[in-house]
Amino acid sequence: MSTTPPADRAGDLAEDLEPTAGLARHQKRNRRRQEDKPYRPVSRSRLVLRRLRTKPNFWIGGVIVLLIVLFALFGDLINVYELNQADPYSFNSPPSAQHYFGTDAIGMDLYASMTEALRMSLLIGFLAAPLATLVAAFLGSLAGYLGGIFETLTNSLINLLLVLPVFYMLMIISPALATPETLPEWLQWIGFMPSWLLLVIAIGLFSWMIMAQIVKNQTKSLKEREYVKAARFMGVGTLAILRRHIIPNVASLLIIDAALGVAMAILAETSLSFFGLGIQAPAVSLGTLLQDGTGAAVSRPWLFVIPAGFLVALLTGVALVGDALRDAIDPTSEVNRA
Amino acid sequence: MTTYILRRFVNYAILTAFATVFVYIAASLFFYPRKRYLGRNPPIPESTQDAILSGYGINDKDPVLLRAWWWFERIITEPFPEKLGQDLTGNWVIQEMGTRAGVSLRLLVLGSLIAAVLGVVLGVWGAVRQYKASDQIVSYASFVLISTPTFVGGVVLMILATELNNLLGFQAIRFTGSYTPGFTGWEKWWDYGVHLLLPTIALALFGAAGYSRYQRSIMLDVLGSDYIRTARAKGATRSRALVKHGVRVALIPMSTYFAYNFGTLVSGSAFLEIVFSWRGMGQYGIQAVQQSDVNALAGTVCFTAILLLISSTLSEVLYAALDPRVRV
Repeated sequence: MSTTPPADRAGDLAEDLEPTAGLARHQKRNRRRQEDKPYRPVSRSRLVLRRLRTKPNFWIGGVIVLLIVLFALFGDLINVYELNQADPYSFNSPPSAQHYFGTDAIGMDLYASMTEALRMSLLIGFLAAPLATLVAAFLGSLAGYLGGIFETLTNSLINLLLVLPVFYMLMIISPALATPETLPEWLQWIGFMPSWLLLVIAIGLFSWMIMAQIVKNQTKSLKEREYVKAARFMGVGTLAILRRHIIPNVASLLIIDAALGVAMAILAETSLSFFGLGIQAPAVSLGTLLQDGTGAAVSRPWLFVIPAGFLVALLTGVALVGDALRDAIDPTSEVNRA
Repeated sequence: MTTYILRRFVNYAILTAFATVFVYIAASLFFYPRKRYLGRNPPIPESTQDAILSGYGINDKDPVLLRAWWWFERIITEPFPEKLGQDLTGNWVIQEMGTRAGVSLRLLVLGSLIAAVLGVVLGVWGAVRQYKASDQIVSYASFVLISTPTFVGGVVLMILATELNNLLGFQAIRFTGSYTPGFTGWEKWWDYGVHLLLPTIALALFGAAGYSRYQRSIMLDVLGSDYIRTARAKGATRSRALVKHGVRVALIPMSTYFAYNFGTLVSGSAFLEIVFSWRGMGQYGIQAVQQSDVNALAGTVCFTAILLLISSTLSEVLYAALDPRVRV
């Protein structure tokens, strides 16, 4: 964009309104950078990113999550043992130079299991949460926009699912993971899915309700705006209106929901697997490792403390990032005292 | 106000009934109770299997919807202890619920009440002291506690209690099961209390962490509002302005959140029952899934749904008590 710069350089209104400390530095740097560049208005996403950078929670949480993701992806490069490869010379050995995280009762290397388990849990968390957000965005905006019978139906579905704890619903479909061959014939196709995919879909389909309600209420008020009405009267289709005018307006909510949903999804997977209802052996996840470690928590603490520590650190990291994201996207959520 | 709450109650009650039948159908589709009688030596003839399963009303050869209808019909027509049918061990589900419900409710009611009070107090306190060291500590602690599933927190407490017992040289904190058999009189009640200690702490801390985050952000909104300044300007003391004008308003959205979050606490306490080997409803439900016991699971879900029904109604009552606008 090569527009002429406005007369008042400091007139970047959004920056003036932003009360965050540390912004003066950004302003100075940006101004210097802008001396030889054409003027560009601050977009919303840049504003959000700029606010995000000033949140310590974002950095703390981000670094924790990043380190754990890197460990999950590349941690096994420095390990000589593989998943489910027993070492017959060291049963129950505490963490050592040979086995970084120790071994269990049959000589399985916990370090090898950890990297694999983290991959599994991260995969499920980072896929299930966006899926739930997608369902919430689609159903919520459609129900709010169309109204009438569709809204009533969606409302009843939401209320029906909200009456039951999510965990119970996931528990009920868990036999499809453990013994898929016992499903009725017309449900057999579920058994052909890999268990992680089934968990992703199940967690996604049972955790969209609250967000859908929020999106629906937002849509109902957005629907009355002039630009949405104008688009409708010009003959733009429903889905196109939702995509162009409604969803971008609730995008910030959806981003927050997806971020916080990651922690919820990992927690759901871990709980299910902890009770033997989720990921099945020989596959491992944080939940199965915790299940194995709980019995040994007192006598061989490393088997419990290491998976539990990773789980808590990961969930805390995700929660911190989600919280910082919420503050950055919606500054009124963190008002200063009057 | 009474009609408003009554209307909400009827609404929730209908939902509860639908949800339970929905669960029964889903469980009938996914569970395969016949596997209990397969692969035995000597093999059980198929006709005998069918007879046993039909007796429980869970024969997979009958259509699913028909089985759900029978289950629902039984609730209406059968006499009291037989309403929810039998579990796979042959006990009446309602009798089993009778002995287990008290165990679960003890933990759940105590834990969620402490969680709510602690969460609200910590949230308000944190908001008033925003960005001070104490607020930061409480904030980060609650982030870590939210991220600690109750079964992990429970095991950590068990490790600590074992260390303490070893240090003292006697069983100061008994934590296996919900009671120690053989005590009478006041010793029995003391024993119940000791066994309650660890699971209640685990549940209350987990719940309080979530509530305090939510309460803190609502309270911050309230603190920035004009009516607090007005209250101070007309001469109310700081604490009066904060409590009478601030906390009261900040509690209104919390009352809805309590109901939403109660489901999380129910599953959280189910995990704790397993970890501490309590014979409660949560343990019954998880065991039912592991053994493909449709009737037992339906009973558990019924129990949970009724609890949620009560908690939603209570939160409506709280809402109406706090917010005069609903009381029309």
